[in-house]
This record gives sequence, structure tokens and C-alpha cells, in this order.
Amino acid sequence: MTTSTVAGSRAKTPAGPRTGQRPQRTDRSAYWMLAPFVALYVLFVIGPTIYAFILSLFNGSLVRGGLGSFAGLSNYANALQSQDFWSSVWHTLLFTILTTPPLVVLAFFFALLADRATRGRWFFRLAFFAPYVLPSAVLSLIWIWIYTPDSGLASDFLGRIGVTAPGWLGDPNWAMISVAIATVWWTLGFNFVLYLAGLQDIPRELYEAAAIDGAGPIQQIRRITIPLLNRTTTLVAILQVIASLKIFDQIYLMTQGGPNYSTRPALEYIYDESFTNMRIGYGAAVSMLFFILILIASFVWLAIVRQQGRTA
Amino acid sequence: MSTAVSEVPDLRNTKERSTAASYDNRHKTFNRLCTGVLIAFSVLWLVPIFWALDTAVKPNAETTKIPTTWFIENPTLESFRTVLEAGDIWKWYLSSFITSTAVAAGTVLTASMAAYAISRLHFRGRNAVFFFILAGIMIPVQVLIVPLFREFDAVNLLNTYWAVILPQIPTAIAVFIFVQFFNGLPKELEEAARVDGASSWRIYRTIVMPLSRPAVSAVAIFTFVWSWNNLLWPLLVLTNPNLMTIQVGLSSQIGNYGIRYADIMASALLGGLPLLAAFLLFQRNIVEGIAGTGLKG
Repeated sequence: MTTSTVAGSRAKTPAGPRTGQRPQRTDRSAYWMLAPFVALYVLFVIGPTIYAFILSLFNGSLVRGGLGSFAGLSNYANALQSQDFWSSVWHTLLFTILTTPPLVVLAFFFALLADRATRGRWFFRLAFFAPYVLPSAVLSLIWIWIYTPDSGLASDFLGRIGVTAPGWLGDPNWAMISVAIATVWWTLGFNFVLYLAGLQDIPRELYEAAAIDGAGPIQQIRRITIPLLNRTTTLVAILQVIASLKIFDQIYLMTQGGPNYSTRPALEYIYDESFTNMRIGYGAAVSMLFFILILIASFVWLAIVRQQGRTA
Repeated sequence: MSTAVSEVPDLRNTKERSTAASYDNRHKTFNRLCTGVLIAFSVLWLVPIFWALDTAVKPNAETTKIPTTWFIENPTLESFRTVLEAGDIWKWYLSSFITSTAVAAGTVLTASMAAYAISRLHFRGRNAVFFFILAGIMIPVQVLIVPLFREFDAVNLLNTYWAVILPQIPTAIAVFIFVQFFNGLPKELEEAARVDGASSWRIYRTIVMPLSRPAVSAVAIFTFVWSWNNLLWPLLVLTNPNLMTIQVGLSSQIGNYGIRYADIMASALLGGLPLLAAFLLFQRNIVEGIAGTGLKG
């Protein structure tokens, strides 16, 4: 395992370049080694971010070159007053709310079970993780087929247990839930593996000691496993929230944001405004607003991690 | 990974012998129950893939029969043949392979060099540079698509592999993973080499990188998979059917469902096949990569 060696040797040698023995001189090759990454990073990450901010202040169009007329903050004001903007934010949040709890709870539950299984772990890992490596287009093709009204597997299954199937992707009330179910199936494996790793870091002696004190399996899980996995849970939950806020692929592929825009997420709204309606200034403003939302989520994460570090 | 289970210390020779024995029994039953429940769920998890496979080996006409059935009257590989002979999928494979390999190689090379400088070399502004790069983790793709599209449009590189590859190379998280890993490597070898007069480049190439296989394979595998599965960006910049990646090509099929469900499922399965095969081959590296590269928190 790489982790144990990393952790082991880190304890011996302090991080960063060694100082103290002799005064270090600047190593010029450092700049050359940084250059390729930093050049690409400035060209394709930092530069575009600044450019997006500038674009957001103008009424640019995709078909005309240049920035267009200066708009000040009116793009932002328009976005904040637009119902489409808020409903796309709501759909993004709704998707996050629908997917995050099952993706955290089920992954934890499955990992807990797998940790107790004495053999066949490769099989569980395969079953849960294999969907994660599928491209989103493959996932969407398979689930559109499963959700086909009447003849689809999902409707057929519900019919067999005596429940009338909803219209799945075609029903505005069910489309988002349907996409969420497919998403849980798709990405659960990643969290499952994170949890399995976390579980393996819990010393077995703790369980032994608890058992000797008469604690049953359920008590052990409640008193030992869940508290000790706190950090893993925070990590899984936050990675999940940040990933869910970027939702685009499955919704774009499975419902195209429909029916009647009832599932269109923020990223697709930006895409539609910028590339279909060609209002790139407006699209850029929406993207900056969304960036702020993600920044807030990230800072909440940092705050939680800091707090956990203090109490641990 | 399975060793942890067998490392349970043997308590049988201690005073708590009888407690340990009943602990064992109770736990064996409980563990069997757990395994049973888990098997049920993992089979459920495989259902969609098997359903796609089941559909793909039916003749097209059989797929829309009502009631829905897993039973296949005339199993056939016709759909796979149709898809492979139509030829589009080979082009998609090739595009995905070229772009993802280039992205993975580019990321490993540039990120590891930058990380080596940050982790080991003394230069002014080291912390500032590291912070500057880490800040990039926060920037979402939402912000980048419009300006990136304009950039590539302005230099006439839309509909080229360059447009797909270049923006995917500077992955801030890869630098972070390499820095974490390099910080954990012992410095003695490098110092000895330096005393012998080796340059930083030489140390990076002949000492640090060969010691960093786990980090290299984790970053290479992940950037390859991410790039392979990237949809939005290639969708925007590739409209030429000859250059489409698997994701873009398959997504263009979604409108054309028709009644050729078997063909569609065959192309979906073929589209997923390379990464599934790669996952089976590299299962260990992938799983350890997720667990071990600082993602653990």
C-alpha cells in the first residue's frame, strides 16, 4: 500500500526542501520545470477565468467577434431576475439533494457489509465500481432503454409487483428522480471504494476489545465504526456535493433538460444561453454566479475539515 | 487488501478464551448475513449491464416484445457485427484513445515536473506558485467553456485534437497528488546524487520518477479515464464525425433510437468495453489510487 509508506516516511523527514544545513541558492531549473504546466495552466484555466469575467461585463455574441458593447453589471442583474436562471439553480440543487444522501448512505452501508465479508471482495468491488468507469453516454443509453415506457425493464418490474409505473423520463415529476436513480447506480462505486479504504484503517483491536466488553455487532458499528469514519464521511459528502453541482452529462443526454425544461441544470442553462442563443456575455455572467455558489460550498467544506482537525 | 481480515489477533490463548469463542460464533453468523445481503445488492447492481447485454444479443425485432422478457428466442451477435462493420465505432475508439493518451501523458509529465520543483527545489515564490496552482481546483468547468471555446475559435483550432487535448492537461489536482507523494519520499538518495554532481533534471528523471510509480499510475489512470469520459468539451469542439470521441459519437446516437434497440445496446456495450477491460486489468491500481493519493483526506 502506498499510503502506509508515504505516511511512514513523512514522519521522519519534514516536508519541503531541506533547510538549515547550508544556505540554499535559488535553483534556476525550477522555473524551467514549472514552465510547461504553468504555461498551459495560465492559457487554459486562469486566463479563461479572467476572460469569462470580462465577457460577463459585455453584451457579447458568439457570432460576432470582439466583446460587444459594455454592459456593466446588467448581465448579472438580468440573470438574478430571470426565472430560468433560478429554476436551473433549483434543478441543480434538487439533483444534489436527491443524489447525495443515497450516494453517501448506501456506499457506507455496502462498504460496511463488504468489510465483514471474508471473501469475494473483488466481486463486490467489481459489481459496484464497474458502472463508474462507463462513459456517461453509455450509462444514458442503457438507462433510457430501461426507462422506456411500457416495455422497459423498470416499468415491467413495477408492473409485476402490482404498481403502476410512472412515465419516468417523460414525466416532469419523475424525470429528475429517474436521472437520480441512474446516477446513484453509476457513481456509487467511487464512494464505496473510499469507504472501504477508511474501514481498513480502523484497527481490528478496537472491535476485539469491544467484543470482550460484550458489544454486539450493531453496537460496534454505532460506537466504533461510524464515529471513526467521520472524516471519510465528510470527504465523501463534500466531493459528492461538488460533483453534483457540476451536473450536466446525464441530464443533457437523458432528458435534454426536459420535459419542458423541468430538469435543466445550471451548466446546461449556461450552455444553452451561450451556444444556442449565442448570448455569451450573459452566459459568462451566469457562469460567474455559479462559480460563486461552488466557492461557497468549498469554503463550507474547508471550515468543516478545520473544525474536525481541531476536535480530532 | 484482503490481508486485513486475516490479521485478527488470536485471542484463544488468553484468559478471555470463552468470550473470544462466542465472539467468533456470533460474528460468523453476522458476517454471513452481511455477505448474503451484499450479494443480493451487488447482483442488483449488475442488472442494468446484463439487461443491456441481454438486449444486444436479441434480434432487433425481439427487443420490443411485450411482456418484457429476459428470455432470448434467437440469440445472435448480429447487432455487434452491424455496429462493428458500420465502422463509426472504430473511429471513435481511435479518437478517444489518441486524445486520452495524450492528455494522460501530458498531465503526468507537466504536473510531475512542476510538483518536483515545488516539493524539492529552492526558488523564490515557491509557496505562492503552489497556492496559485491549488486555487485552480476550485474553478469549475462552467466558467471555462465559453472563453475556451472563443480561444480555440480565434486560433482556428476547433475540430482538431489539439482543442480536445490541450485544455485537459493542466489538472491542478495532479500537481497536488505529486507534491504529496514527493514530500513523502526519503531525500537521502537525491542528496547523495547531488553530492556526486547530478543536476535537478537528472535527479528528477533517474531517481524521483522511478520511485514514484504509484503516483504516476494513479494520475495516469485517472486523467485517462476522466478524459475518455469527458463529454461537454469534446461535444463543443468536435463536430467533424471523423474526429468524434466515443462520448460524442454515442451521444449522437441518442436521437436516432428508432426501433434498433439491440444495435443501440451493442454500441453502448462496445463503447463501454475498453474502460471496463482496463478496469479489470488495473483494478488494484485504481482502487489503491483512489484510496491512497491524498483523496482520503
